[in-house]
Amino acid sequence: MDASTAGGMTLAERILARAAGRDRVAAGEFVVAEIDLALMHDIFAAQVFDLLGEAGVEAVFDPDKTVIVIDHLVPAPSAAAADIHHRIRQHVSRQGIRAFYDAGEGICHQLLPEQGHVRPGMLIVGTDSHTTTYGALGAAGTGIGTSDMVYALATGRLWFRVPETIRFELTGELAPAVSWKDVILHLAGTFGADAAQYRSMEFGGPAIGGADMASRLTVSNMAVEMGAKFGLFPADEITDAYLRDQGGPGSDAFGPDPDAHYEALHEISLSALAPQVAMPHEVDRVAPVDDVAGLAIDQAFIGSCTNGRIEDLRAAAAVLHGHHVARGVRLLVAPASRAVLQEAMSEGVLASLVDAGAVVLAPGCGPCFGGHGGLLGPKERCIGTHNRNFIGRMGSSDAEIYLASPATVAASALAGHIADPRDLEVALAR
Amino acid sequence: MPADVFRGRVWRFGHDISTDVLSPGQYAVDPVDVRKRHVLESINPAFATGVEAGDVVVAGRNFGCGSSRETAAENLKALGVACVVAESLARIFMRNAVAVGLPVMICPGVHEAFTDGDDIEVDLGSGRVSGGAHGSSLLGEALPEEMRTILAAGGMLAMLRSQTH
Repeated sequence: MDASTAGGMTLAERILARAAGRDRVAAGEFVVAEIDLALMHDIFAAQVFDLLGEAGVEAVFDPDKTVIVIDHLVPAPSAAAADIHHRIRQHVSRQGIRAFYDAGEGICHQLLPEQGHVRPGMLIVGTDSHTTTYGALGAAGTGIGTSDMVYALATGRLWFRVPETIRFELTGELAPAVSWKDVILHLAGTFGADAAQYRSMEFGGPAIGGADMASRLTVSNMAVEMGAKFGLFPADEITDAYLRDQGGPGSDAFGPDPDAHYEALHEISLSALAPQVAMPHEVDRVAPVDDVAGLAIDQAFIGSCTNGRIEDLRAAAAVLHGHHVARGVRLLVAPASRAVLQEAMSEGVLASLVDAGAVVLAPGCGPCFGGHGGLLGPKERCIGTHNRNFIGRMGSSDAEIYLASPATVAASALAGHIADPRDLEVALAR
Repeated sequence: MPADVFRGRVWRFGHDISTDVLSPGQYAVDPVDVRKRHVLESINPAFATGVEAGDVVVAGRNFGCGSSRETAAENLKALGVACVVAESLARIFMRNAVAVGLPVMICPGVHEAFTDGDDIEVDLGSGRVSGGAHGSSLLGEALPEEMRTILAAGGMLAMLRSQTH
């Protein structure tokens, strides 16, 4: 569809127009755009560097626009993983890449915002589907594969189809014990895992003024679970304050044009929302937690690029403090970064978690993607704060994964079964 | 362009086929000759051994959803799959397929119209899909010329080599 040559632009169109050196672009167009930041993690980095060499490319287009994070195989669960890490370190050193985060520093999608690499308006590509996370700061982040990354690192450019945009106008206020994880699960359940395929999701409305940066990162992170290319929030005073807190310059407001063209606009009130869970084996099989409360669990997982931030650990600790997880339940906690772990230590959050029986894992991705460090056996059931519950995702194909907020996962760990954090005392007494 | 037309035998799959089944994580760093033996094994164990060069994969909605792993597309290409036609394709899978030179197309209705073993003809340039037991003829979404250009070049790495040498 030709989205007209007049009228305003969505956030996605504004960013792609700027990156393509154009006054304006419209949904459906193909553009070649300059990359502001390229991210690779340890699953793909060594291979991409090798392919670059095979293509005869000696140096990446800009080592200061390249970020490398070792986060998936941390600490190295095998000799092969350790060897891959070794090769990555050699490549990083040879390429002169300064933004390199070695094993234990954290998960890429936490580190890039936390360490000040992400600015509103940027176009960011990463060899990871959850690169949409940076939309929380008004940056167009999207996942690509290794061949596209080789091309991007060689040339600094990549082709993009300008996506149509679906606008989510959010109103109302969240009830106590309900979080923005519940909001994005609710959106996935309502609209479906395919609803935003090839499209940009744009979040707005008065309710986003109540969403801190951690909450926005959670929402943008899971935009890809609805198929989205980008999951964009405008940059506002919350963005400005976050950027200053990270020690960088603040940001002017950056949003869509008021007369932007949207493929669809959904207005959703959050006031009546209950805690949500995604049920096996699709992220869009979503129900209020009460529908599945009482299902026994074997493992509870708090962490991942979706919900491993200090705000998430605080929410879990608030539920767990002074209690102990139910007999037979394994509670795993993986802080999203070293900085998160340090904050959790200094605030006493870590003590609350460990006293409650949590096993604290290294900052990283291990159990979430089924790599290592907390996998599931046949017939086991896990409830976690992560982003995918696909069949076989965390080990056995006969295991079940439920996705929920940190408060719901913590309440379930205490109860020994899926539990509504609002009914915690009832659940414990049962 | 004749290179945009594919005729072959159908292998049909359902909705939301994820990268976790197209390229299971436990073989993530294995060579393609190992990886391709496990493609879709948890859904149709006969596929990886029975698929022949030129066969066509037909699928439902959201084919290739999940991670950004390019091996999902690369594995299918290594098995000789000529083309993937689905009700819809996950964005990154579609992008990766083009990047590795695996032809793909979106065609609503294709999942209903075809079943395993049918003959199918797919025209990327016009979007036309035809064949099947009932002689179906469907109009899908022609693959944009920009993507067909990359496919014709053999993928993004081949494009890069042609630009750097």
